[in-house]
Amino acid sequence: MSVTFTEDKLKKAQEIILRYPEGRQKSALLPILHLAQEQFGWVSSDTMDYVAGLLSISPIEVYEVATFYTMFHLEPVGKHVIEYCRTGPCCAMGGEEVFSHLKTKLGIKANETTSDGLFTVKEVECLAACGWGPCFQIREKYFMHLTNQKVDDIIEELSK
Amino acid sequence: MANDIKILTEHINIPGIETFEVYRKAGGYNAVEKAIKKMSPDEIVEEVKKSGIRGRGGAGFPMGMKWSFLAKPEGVPRYLVCNADESEPGTFKDHYLMKNLPHLLIEGMIVSSFALGANKSFIYVRGELMYVVRILEKAIEEAKAAGFLGKNILGSGYDLELVVQPGGGAYICGEETALLESLEGKRGNPRNKPPFPAVKGLYQSPTVVNNVESIANTPWVINHGGEEYAKIGIGRSTGTKLISASGHIKNPGVYEITLGLPVDEFMNSDQYLGGIRDGHYLKAVVAGGSSVPILPANLFYKTANGEDRLMSYESLSDGGFPTGTMLGSGGFIAMDETTCIVRNTWNFSRFYHHESCGQCSPCREGTGWMEKVLHRIEHGHGTMSDIDLLVDVAKKIEGNTICPLGDAAAWPVASAIRHFRDEFEWHINHPNEATKPGAVYMGAEILA
Repeated sequence: MSVTFTEDKLKKAQEIILRYPEGRQKSALLPILHLAQEQFGWVSSDTMDYVAGLLSISPIEVYEVATFYTMFHLEPVGKHVIEYCRTGPCCAMGGEEVFSHLKTKLGIKANETTSDGLFTVKEVECLAACGWGPCFQIREKYFMHLTNQKVDDIIEELSK
Repeated sequence: MANDIKILTEHINIPGIETFEVYRKAGGYNAVEKAIKKMSPDEIVEEVKKSGIRGRGGAGFPMGMKWSFLAKPEGVPRYLVCNADESEPGTFKDHYLMKNLPHLLIEGMIVSSFALGANKSFIYVRGELMYVVRILEKAIEEAKAAGFLGKNILGSGYDLELVVQPGGGAYICGEETALLESLEGKRGNPRNKPPFPAVKGLYQSPTVVNNVESIANTPWVINHGGEEYAKIGIGRSTGTKLISASGHIKNPGVYEITLGLPVDEFMNSDQYLGGIRDGHYLKAVVAGGSSVPILPANLFYKTANGEDRLMSYESLSDGGFPTGTMLGSGGFIAMDETTCIVRNTWNFSRFYHHESCGQCSPCREGTGWMEKVLHRIEHGHGTMSDIDLLVDVAKKIEGNTICPLGDAAAWPVASAIRHFRDEFEWHINHPNEATKPGAVYMGAEILA
């Protein structure tokens, strides 16, 4: 599969590269991987090769970074990726019960995708929203003070 | 000094304060005018030194001293990097500050960059907070349009460009040299020190890395002077501190407190946390982010000598690790009697295992061991020797790694066993009761 950015994304990528001092374009790697994930939903090895080309660095330099940082999905994911916090403070705020309810409702475990391809659930570590927990994130949006009822409402809304 | 001075959050509730216009009307960017038009960079560094402010990211190192270490070789660029990678469990103060007061951070970045002679500065924000990245980028555009950023700021000849960099999801990048590696587009593996970033940091150039809250204090220091700042607080704990509070309290959230506030008042008055939720009582506190030693309620309220504890660097660490803890990042987690300490310790261990970069074997292997051993104790398969094994592994990690993540992983385990050993023993001796959902050891009685 050949991978290319849309015209908008390519323009954005070029802007990002120019933010750094000359010869330091590799600094653009994380922001550009985020751009890629925005467009493709996940980061495939073809995408990594493409990004390497954009930055004039070797593909291995992209692989080792893309596999180090947990935000990059290295396999296809559902339309909505729900990343819930499993760390202590969210648990203290009632997270274990709420997220168990979430998985039961969707009929999947963490790191699985519903058969209709609509939802992927991932367990992540602390999202820096502890006092507003339990919380999860769907792409860029934070959902906080979650309850079973709120989870039901969010799933229903996104299933429309 | 009144207990309710707000250095950072005075204007946080003004509608529209996230916009340049409203922020400016509230006195915002006055510090930039004063710094650039009336002060020399060295004078600013001197004021920050006088303020006594200590790094707000967790380590508490004096900020002015850190600034004064910056090497200034001719013809080499210098960098200021703001650490907005806030990832320590329990900590969400920088998140709160940036989303509500983006211009305060930008104002601080401008005056700090000017003081350090940096012409390109970075704000490294944890990638999960992409919406905050967008808030900051918008604020930067507004500040630039108003002449406070870009070329020839306020006609002074000083140029500054601010870049907001998203991370990719890695706790370790909160460690300053890992952050610099990440900013260079690499894996977040901490560097061996020396050389310190002040000599060889970003792109091998002299660099200062400061936490969001530290930088956000600098406009006030410039407007009012370092001596005035140092009058706030207590002893070597000058100024205010943002405390992000979570857990079983009535009022979770972010509070700006004057350092030296009595712990009891912070915990129980309605102005702050409002006490533990109704019908329950405090069991334990993690006062400064998941890595600091956990304290049982009695040692949290009073030091081993029976003195009332205060919210300050010195008072919280009174007694050292045997009976004290640390102010750390201000990530405050309160746990009532329904909390299982074994389960919580396992949870934190899993976090550190997950977040270890894998570079040093004591941390890479040790965090995994601790997680596994705690998992088996929590799930009814532990043996008595496991407790000493945990203490032993924690001891072998501590101090034996390139960066402090190893220590951060060891301390919660060591302190939980130190103060709650009977709870670990109960789990091991009563596997059937201990593995019932919600079962918690409470001394003589057991909550199930």
